[in-house]
Amino acid sequence: MSEKRRALIAMSGGVDSSVAAYLMREAGYECEGVTLRLTRTETAGTHGRTCCSEEDIDAAAEVAFELDMPYRVLDCEAEFRREIIEKFVRVYEAGETPNPCIDCNRYMKFGRLVEYAAENGFDCVASGHYARIERDAESGRFVLKKGLDPVKDQSYFLYSLTQEQLSRIRFPLGGMTKSEVREIAEKCGFASAKKRDSQDICFVPDGDYGAFIERFTGRRCPEGDFVAPDGCVLGRHRGALRYTLGQRRGLGIAAGDRIYVYDKDMENNIVRVGPEELLFRRTVFARDMNWVSAAGLDAPMRVRAKTRYSQREQEATAYPTARGVRLEFDEPQRAVTPGQALVLYDGDAVLGGGTICGEDKA
Amino acid sequence: MIYLDYCADTPASRDVLARFCEAAGILGSANARHAAGYAARAEMSCAVSDIAALLGVDPSEIIFTSGATESNNLAVKGFALANRRTGRHIVSTAMEHSSVSASLAALERCGREVELAAIGRDGRIDLDALERMIRPDTALVAVSAVSSELGAVQPIAEISGIVRRRPGCRLHVDAAQAVGKVGLDFRLADTVSFAPHKFYGLGGVGVLYKRYGAELEPQMDGGESTTAYRSGTPAVALAASTVPALRSALEELSARRERVAALNARLRSELMRYPLLRVNSPEDAVPHILNVSVEGVKGTRMQRALDERGVCVSVKSACASDGLPSREVLAVTGDSRRALSSFRISLSHLTTDAEIDGFLAAFDECYEVLTKKPRL
Repeated sequence: MSEKRRALIAMSGGVDSSVAAYLMREAGYECEGVTLRLTRTETAGTHGRTCCSEEDIDAAAEVAFELDMPYRVLDCEAEFRREIIEKFVRVYEAGETPNPCIDCNRYMKFGRLVEYAAENGFDCVASGHYARIERDAESGRFVLKKGLDPVKDQSYFLYSLTQEQLSRIRFPLGGMTKSEVREIAEKCGFASAKKRDSQDICFVPDGDYGAFIERFTGRRCPEGDFVAPDGCVLGRHRGALRYTLGQRRGLGIAAGDRIYVYDKDMENNIVRVGPEELLFRRTVFARDMNWVSAAGLDAPMRVRAKTRYSQREQEATAYPTARGVRLEFDEPQRAVTPGQALVLYDGDAVLGGGTICGEDKA
Repeated sequence: MIYLDYCADTPASRDVLARFCEAAGILGSANARHAAGYAARAEMSCAVSDIAALLGVDPSEIIFTSGATESNNLAVKGFALANRRTGRHIVSTAMEHSSVSASLAALERCGREVELAAIGRDGRIDLDALERMIRPDTALVAVSAVSSELGAVQPIAEISGIVRRRPGCRLHVDAAQAVGKVGLDFRLADTVSFAPHKFYGLGGVGVLYKRYGAELEPQMDGGESTTAYRSGTPAVALAASTVPALRSALEELSARRERVAALNARLRSELMRYPLLRVNSPEDAVPHILNVSVEGVKGTRMQRALDERGVCVSVKSACASDGLPSREVLAVTGDSRRALSSFRISLSHLTTDAEIDGFLAAFDECYEVLTKKPRL
């Protein structure tokens, strides 16, 4: 077989995906670049950068041109609205704090691209994520592992990938450090590529989720009461979905002690506030588990776990439940937030993950 | 700033602004049946008659819209909807503005069959091929008189001759880049679109010429206005301001064109010195447009570099950035990398020699910097 293998490169116009494209081409693949157009925030009148703005598309197209690979934009606005934004709004309205980037990776970035790749005769999809995929010789399963650069590791966002997807995905940056990637970018002249490591949720560039949800649904979030643990009303809130667990600033409550949001009662439109110790708990439940690298959980298991991306892994024991897992952390955890992702690790490997939920739901 | 994007937009002339301000003082909807309304209607009728006279057509054949994009949408979709039974086949070219090609794509989604006629290296439609393409069920031929990216001029008289031989088949001409740049007999077509902001008039207004007997279904519902084909309160001042713009564009066409041709000739000869530069515009394109490619430098990259040096040029006339090569340049050159490298310089009789000097100096720097980059 002399025919070159074909790779579809997910390009954002940024340094990482540009270097990924370069590395795939150097590895001998016949490459084609693609950018998913997910939203048109700018044309909708708000300013701020998104992950698929016109500038990003120009930048990605320019890198593809430099690398002499064909390039196209896949328009996924309707799907993105349906699968990602509408769910984001629904989850917020239910009082949880969703992580749309995880859904986007699952349904759009990899779901849609793996599908497109298969339909168009590509052998694989490559992206600039910092994570690794290895095949376990014994079980034959694909194992999702952390990126080698601990600062850049993005495996947390990828727990929801399926075995089928993993078999077709390449992460050429997984074994590299950010500085190595920068060096290649420098050498290739991708330095002009937009430098934008972390960002807010792409369709809410100003970070004001409450205002976004009001615009999106056309409904005002009703005001309600801040209630203390003893039942005292401490003030009025501007819509329960604007507040997140552990939040202290911006409550507008003049109280002597430091006061935090520790619970939300959406049904009664109450935001519960109290002292910080109410935020800590050792037991966390999660549902909709995806055991990305493991076959599943049938007995209690010692794991390391993260309840948010920026957190250090914590020691815990995972117990299977009817609808997911129960996690008993060795140390109490602060402000574990329903809707966010719980991701379990065994050493370097991502065992799986799910959505954090209240205890009765797991 | 050196502005070389006159095919996107031109500055409104003093006459145009004066006429606009004067007419904007008129109170009343031209659709209203009272003294104020009659006054507005009289002003509107005056604008319509003047424009018709300038174009050599009947006042009943002038429809005001919001711009050339709306005119193209109205002509293409409105014609197809009004003629559901005459045929489902439409012929166009790869040289059309997105307001035509996207309207055709919308019709395709509704079951029409759109075929693109072959374009020669000279940017012209292949007339023999066109003749062979037209079938008994061909309902519409839609072409631009002057293409927006390359400035290629189509032989409208010959195209009209071919279309007219097929009863029931209509010709739509997009003249957005033609008015003021080439002579055009509107009577050769069934519908012709243009917008005055391309020839020193104001933005927000467009015109559609529609031959009296040609059927058209309105695309904007809302009751009859000054014409049955476009509802909405007429923009009297915008319509009035179109008259001086059109008058100057037609009366001064030769003088303006001569001036622009000299600038174009100078640009072409100066740019010849750059070994990696290719001129994409055909030899006989309108002098107002010079489309070129620098090998190995993406058009958007060149545009940005020029912009950083205070020079405005354009890459693809369509606004959507989709990373795809220019359809026009691809159609003429058959070279996708060359199409991706293309950018458009568009000139005006207002362009000065000093501005050409400034452009050439900026381009020289950009060329040096951007072509030195090692190939990956």
